Amino acid sequence: MTEPKPRPLAYAPALESAALARLREHYRPFVDGEFTGGTGEPFSSVNPATAEPLAEVSGSDASDVDRAVSAAEEAFRQRWTPIGGTERAKYLFRIARLLQERARELAVLASLETGEPVRKTTEFDLPNAAAQFLHYAGWADKLDYAGFGPSPAPQGVVGQVLPSNLPLLLLAQRVAPALACGATVVVKPAERTPLTALVFGEICEQAGLPAGVVNVLPGGPGVGAKLLAHPGVRKAVFAGSTETGKRVRRDLAGRGKRLTSDLGGSGVNIVFADAAPEEAVRGVVEGAFFNQGRVRCAGSRLLVEESVAEEFVARLRARTESLRVGDPLDRNTDVGALGSAEVARLSELLERGVAEGATRWTSPAAPPHDGGFLPPTLLTDVQQSMSVARAEVFGPVLSVLTFRTPEEAVTKANNTPHGLAAGVWSEKGSRALWTARRLRTGVVWANAFHRFDPTAPFGGRGESGDGRVGGAAGLEAYLDV
Amino acid sequence: MVDSPPSNPPKAGLPGDLAEATRDEAALTRFLRGLPGIDAVGLEQRAASLAGRAVKGDAKLRAIDTAIGMVDLTTLEGADNASKVRALAAKARRPDSRFPDVPRVAALCVYPDLVSDAVAALRGSGVGVASVATAFPSGRSTIRAKLAEVELAVESGADEVDMVIDRGAFLAGEYGRVFDEIEQVRAACAPAHLKVILETGELGGYDNVWRASWLALLAGADFIKTSTGKVSPAATLPVTHVLLRAVREWRDRTGQPRGVKPAGGIRTTKDAVRYLVAVLEVAGPEWLTPESFRFGASGLLNDLLMQRETQLDGHYSGPDQVAVDL
Repeated sequence: MTEPKPRPLAYAPALESAALARLREHYRPFVDGEFTGGTGEPFSSVNPATAEPLAEVSGSDASDVDRAVSAAEEAFRQRWTPIGGTERAKYLFRIARLLQERARELAVLASLETGEPVRKTTEFDLPNAAAQFLHYAGWADKLDYAGFGPSPAPQGVVGQVLPSNLPLLLLAQRVAPALACGATVVVKPAERTPLTALVFGEICEQAGLPAGVVNVLPGGPGVGAKLLAHPGVRKAVFAGSTETGKRVRRDLAGRGKRLTSDLGGSGVNIVFADAAPEEAVRGVVEGAFFNQGRVRCAGSRLLVEESVAEEFVARLRARTESLRVGDPLDRNTDVGALGSAEVARLSELLERGVAEGATRWTSPAAPPHDGGFLPPTLLTDVQQSMSVARAEVFGPVLSVLTFRTPEEAVTKANNTPHGLAAGVWSEKGSRALWTARRLRTGVVWANAFHRFDPTAPFGGRGESGDGRVGGAAGLEAYLDV
Repeated sequence: MVDSPPSNPPKAGLPGDLAEATRDEAALTRFLRGLPGIDAVGLEQRAASLAGRAVKGDAKLRAIDTAIGMVDLTTLEGADNASKVRALAAKARRPDSRFPDVPRVAALCVYPDLVSDAVAALRGSGVGVASVATAFPSGRSTIRAKLAEVELAVESGADEVDMVIDRGAFLAGEYGRVFDEIEQVRAACAPAHLKVILETGELGGYDNVWRASWLALLAGADFIKTSTGKVSPAATLPVTHVLLRAVREWRDRTGQPRGVKPAGGIRTTKDAVRYLVAVLEVAGPEWLTPESFRFGASGLLNDLLMQRETQLDGHYSGPDQVAVDL
């Protein structure tokens, strides 16, 4: 037997060093400018790709919540609002620069704790997080001109409960406008992803931000509920699933507190027969599988015109197959890890889909090991009535449906309680505009998907929540208007 | 699929719809205008994201050797003469005298009147001789003059002919004229391989590059090539994606393999590796051979040699360790 000829081109593993994340053994809450307390339930932050613990985290309890809220109240009255927008802007710029300086460390840390490929955290999360601070630094001294009347007053202490996907970007989208407006914040990061938020606390310290302006309380859902219900919190911000969001709204009703919620979605891509096929394939694949589908605006549904459906799905499979599933720290990885709990939840969803009549196809791309990974999966023969077409998927699963006329496409796309994001693919401008006007979603991308810019407002309708992040609209949640 | 007898004999081996497209100018125009579009933003994003693939260590060394074997070492200057051709031929045979295991390049690419010198200098080496022709680089001459040039090249022993298309006619929508010219050159250059230069920098957009690629493939090009190197922009990654997509779809529809050659502007190993990644991911692994992919370049070879040495020795040496192209 002759030795096999070496392949002319192959991708060798290109691993980022986990040491770049400068992990510590132990993390504590960040309250009133110090890393102290944490007398609540301690927990481990776990790497979803390996199921190994990354660090011990001291959980927060009621007394930590009290301390954080009163520190934020004091900072609001004495150290943050009084200094004025021009001074506040300087701190925001400083935070942005520190995020850029420590981008590599934070990108690796975010990849470790979320399972997102390090190339995406480097190229997407970190630059966009810094961009949020740069953008809102510009607003801090121009609030009079933001369209909310003269001298709009800040909300006071803001409690923010954040989800586990893209943790640093989602934090930046909410903390930056709050600080620009003169509000102070107490952040409760997701139980799964507290580390980037706590290192963000360190960056606030490094930037010389007055104590108490930003506080970070790691912990489980109980901590979040206590924080949002705390009488000292004037404004509650909840970002997470629709189900939890509804519960939060019920709990806070009648407490004289304002609530902004950024909830789930079941985004859709509508591909017309005249779309540029390869680019539409790319958009649909990115839309469904970016960050393992773990973004609320993920395009988890595809509506493709029946006349091109067969060819389009064949192209979709070929492209999906070429995605590399693997170690999130490998710079050649396209699809990272989910963690075994998420994989179990999605497997159940897929089983239900197949039982209801859908056809499952999973990319043969081999994950490094069983457990925390689910290769990108397509469900074809999906009907509007099936649970997969109605659920908030939040994973690398794409449901494929077809349509015959533009009206049918719009009707099917809108037939969901959510209304966050949609993509329209057509080479004909008038058709794209016709469709976009009729879609009941907060965002419509034409011949694109997942394009973000700090100047562009982003948010949803219906059960996707009422919050807006980005641009002047992103200030509203933190102003008393 | 064609019911009425075609006015042109249908091309052998083409499936019905493609054979139909070659029947007359009207059919060809319908076919080219009916091709699906290309979205510039999405195409450029894909090209940029694939450019981020990391090829390191041993894989990089193999990629460098693969790239060296795909180089069409090129000299196309007014000052070219027999001595310059002999110098380059020596380098084409053995690119780096210190490392005998460096593969030879694919071909030496010269002007038609220097083909006989190149053939003499490369006899027995396995390195091909390619010649530009058809009033390179502008293509502005009569078909008679163009064919005479092709005949000169082929009679002098060229293995490959790199022709330019008539961009003026293409932009005027005279697809039939461009098609006929390629077919005539195709006939005149046999048995040499035909590379058709689209000069993408003058075509004004990816949709036209896509149409021109299909036009050249329908007319019988063995290779489609981006540029002459005399017009800026020359080869770019997104444009090469379009060409690679065309040959892959051509293979899927006809079963016939066709090649791609980006030319001009590819100067570094990093660039070359990015092109190889595009070949692998857009066309497929079967295209990673000199029979299906070439680099039209001159300076690139030296950078590949320097990077190759760096991979082997662990340190970078310097430009004077490799031969200048003079």
